[in-house]
Amino acid sequence: MFTLPDDQFMGLTEITILLIAAFAYILIVPGRWRGWVLLVGSIVGMYWLFPVQNIRWLEYGLATATLVITIVSWFITRPTGKRARKFTNEDRLVVVIVVLMVLAFTFAREVDFLDSLISRPPPLPSVAMALLVVGMLLVLMLRLPPRLQMTFGLLAIIGVFIVIRLPFLTTAAAAFLRQNAGQDASLAAPIDIGWLGFSYVAFRLIHTIRDRQSGLLPALSLREYLTYVLFLPAYVSGPIDRAERFLEDDRALADTRLQDPHRITVGLSRIGVGLFKKFIIADSLAVISLSATLVDQAGGAGSLWLMLYAYAFRLYFDFSGYTDIAIGLGVLFGIELPENFNRPYLKQSIAAFWQSWHMTLSNWAKSYVYSPLSRSLIKQRKLSNGQIVMVANLATMVVIGLWHGMTLPFLAWGLWHGAGLTVHKLWSDRTRKWYRGLRDTPNKQLAWEITGVLLTFHFVLLGWVWFALPDLQSALSTFSRLLGGGA
Amino acid sequence: MIGWDWLTDYDYDWRFILRVIAKAALAFIVINLLFAVCNLTWWVNQISIYNGLVPGRERLPYGEQAEAYNLTLDSLDAMFSTHVINRPKAENEFRVVVIGDSSVWGVLLDPGQTLAGQMNALDLQMADYHYEFYNLGYPTLSVLKDLLILERAVQYQPDLVLWLITPESLHRPSLLDAPLVQRNADATRTLIERYGLAIDPNDTRFVPELDFFGRTMVGQRRELADWWRLQLYGFDWGMTGIDHVNAPYDPLTNDFSEDVSWHGLSPGDDLQSQLALDVLDAGRAITEQAGVPLYVVNEPIYIADGENSDLHYNIWYPNWAYDTYQGIMSENATRFSDAYSSPWDMILPEHFTDSPVHMDPEGTAQFAGALSGAMMGVLFP
Repeated sequence: MFTLPDDQFMGLTEITILLIAAFAYILIVPGRWRGWVLLVGSIVGMYWLFPVQNIRWLEYGLATATLVITIVSWFITRPTGKRARKFTNEDRLVVVIVVLMVLAFTFAREVDFLDSLISRPPPLPSVAMALLVVGMLLVLMLRLPPRLQMTFGLLAIIGVFIVIRLPFLTTAAAAFLRQNAGQDASLAAPIDIGWLGFSYVAFRLIHTIRDRQSGLLPALSLREYLTYVLFLPAYVSGPIDRAERFLEDDRALADTRLQDPHRITVGLSRIGVGLFKKFIIADSLAVISLSATLVDQAGGAGSLWLMLYAYAFRLYFDFSGYTDIAIGLGVLFGIELPENFNRPYLKQSIAAFWQSWHMTLSNWAKSYVYSPLSRSLIKQRKLSNGQIVMVANLATMVVIGLWHGMTLPFLAWGLWHGAGLTVHKLWSDRTRKWYRGLRDTPNKQLAWEITGVLLTFHFVLLGWVWFALPDLQSALSTFSRLLGGGA
Repeated sequence: MIGWDWLTDYDYDWRFILRVIAKAALAFIVINLLFAVCNLTWWVNQISIYNGLVPGRERLPYGEQAEAYNLTLDSLDAMFSTHVINRPKAENEFRVVVIGDSSVWGVLLDPGQTLAGQMNALDLQMADYHYEFYNLGYPTLSVLKDLLILERAVQYQPDLVLWLITPESLHRPSLLDAPLVQRNADATRTLIERYGLAIDPNDTRFVPELDFFGRTMVGQRRELADWWRLQLYGFDWGMTGIDHVNAPYDPLTNDFSEDVSWHGLSPGDDLQSQLALDVLDAGRAITEQAGVPLYVVNEPIYIADGENSDLHYNIWYPNWAYDTYQGIMSENATRFSDAYSSPWDMILPEHFTDSPVHMDPEGTAQFAGALSGAMMGVLFP
């Protein structure tokens, strides 16, 4: 079953520590060091937040792999041209700092204090050896042409994503890792590999690679790139910022007035609102939200509807609460992260819903799935406009669905929304003129707007059935029961 | 920040922040003081969605399994406010309250399979009255804990109280082992004093009285969180009717050693002094004062047939101790105006589950049938 965005790893304790860190940063860190502190802090924070895994050393391995993948992605997304691709001293310094940090974390085995920060790291020689191998592979990569590097990188990221999202592949990978760690491979299960934040990391990396391919990505130093991808407030649950926007804030950090009452008030208010949404509203609703267990136990259709409403609002308050906290922390650190939600359940159409629900993901999907696919289909001239809209919508929503988990219910959820968007597009194309005419009759227009909100909300609401339940069978039987039928 | 104009449009300065901090601090102090001085937690515990928004629970909240939508509380107010007994009594209702230990509460049984549930299923009627049985049993073996519940129960207009006991729940040194008793120290001490019970009111097992900080909202956060969780679980209870998950258990021991001691006592020792009969007297006094008949029942126990079963009835009771207890209770039956019965051996061993007093649904149904007959005999001799 789908779990909300890695929320078990950002509890009140972690958020409080981040808040204290933010104030220490505001009060102590001089402007010119802020960027460096964000980088080092984000790396330390990532290792600290990584949950303990069933497989020996894996949490350390996955955190380190995230760093390696990000550095490789930076490497392949450098601008073309000999001068532009040259390493600067700052880049070299970042590599040294990162390598030293990765090696230093292995001492957590010996130092009690570090042990609570980074759990169960492997011995230093093993890590040094692994880093050496990675370094050699990087040198080999240097010999590939940049275009090939990017294609290879893109496929590798998607490949890793598929492995950790497709249950049978995750199990196979877990079995392999268990065997290598000297553990019982027969106990391998998808939960063995919990790669914290990788969904968001992967989307940021794909965004930079695709934008480099299309020449849109500005030149980023390794420090800027790593900070962008790993920025701790947004690492676990987003939002998915764009590199060029992040860069503006990052480069202005030295001159940004952080000890500013307006900034502090806004930042703390967002965090306060987020905490209330997440830990009071969402966590309370979680007790009565739709789940496989409750669906099995519950009685009539009324109960199921109650659970479904609770689930819909829980999901919203949980996710938007985390976003508020991330944005609030970002404001305190001097980075203004993008909004992710804008009253989505009050929108009059499914298209408007997707422009206000998990907006950074929708924008990402629009930029890297919908638009390229539509353009490609238009160029091919094989399909009608309506068919192109349908294919592009379905493909985009399927990608978003599978991003949450590569299972049939998520596929169904993607198709549900893809179909909804297509029907809405066809409907709005045909009714646009009539709808404009409603301006002269405000009461009618209001009635139609309310109807639109209710219809959209309930379409989304029913869609959550696919999202909340672990298999198609239980989702279909829940639909039947919701509508008064039998199981 | 889209949609956050209300926050970002205002021009904040340091004075604004100081004002907010000062007001928040003041509000925090005032609320905490109010909690400490006015005992607001008590008022909060009176509020309940049960018997209104959601159906009342058929047994008192107990357990720590989230999947059972249940939790263990310290507050008797909160516990009773969730119970189905906390609803208006119907005109033709003959209200019977059943108190006792975990066997009455119904460990490993669904609400409808408990003793009270099975007795309700018998749909007993007499003249114009319909019998409604209320399960006020609560796990842990202590008649002092039962007394605490009984004192509350009589406030809910019962017409009869059934009190199920067993020697373990009467064992005087263990009376204060029940967490509910320990955490309701004031109420228990009042009972000790009022009825002259032979229990040390200063026993160290009582949870010390809350200090000022403990009574503030911060000090009461656990109580308040429990209350909130209890209300939320009400929806799950209403939707599922589940308040207990029947976990797998080990079968009862059928073979025993030759050691026949019972709580350090050996055959020939003074058992009566170890049995808290004065607590039963207090129960009788409470019910008499409320004008409610009390019917005390010695609950059925598992009777083993394995090794050394000639010395032990079961893992709890050596034969001599249980037989002596039976004799003491028979001699003292007049204390209860002869409203005492002991169907201790009426249920076959195969109907017991994980403890010598926990029965399966069939065993409980048999017991309910027998008990209802005996009860009618007491009520209408």
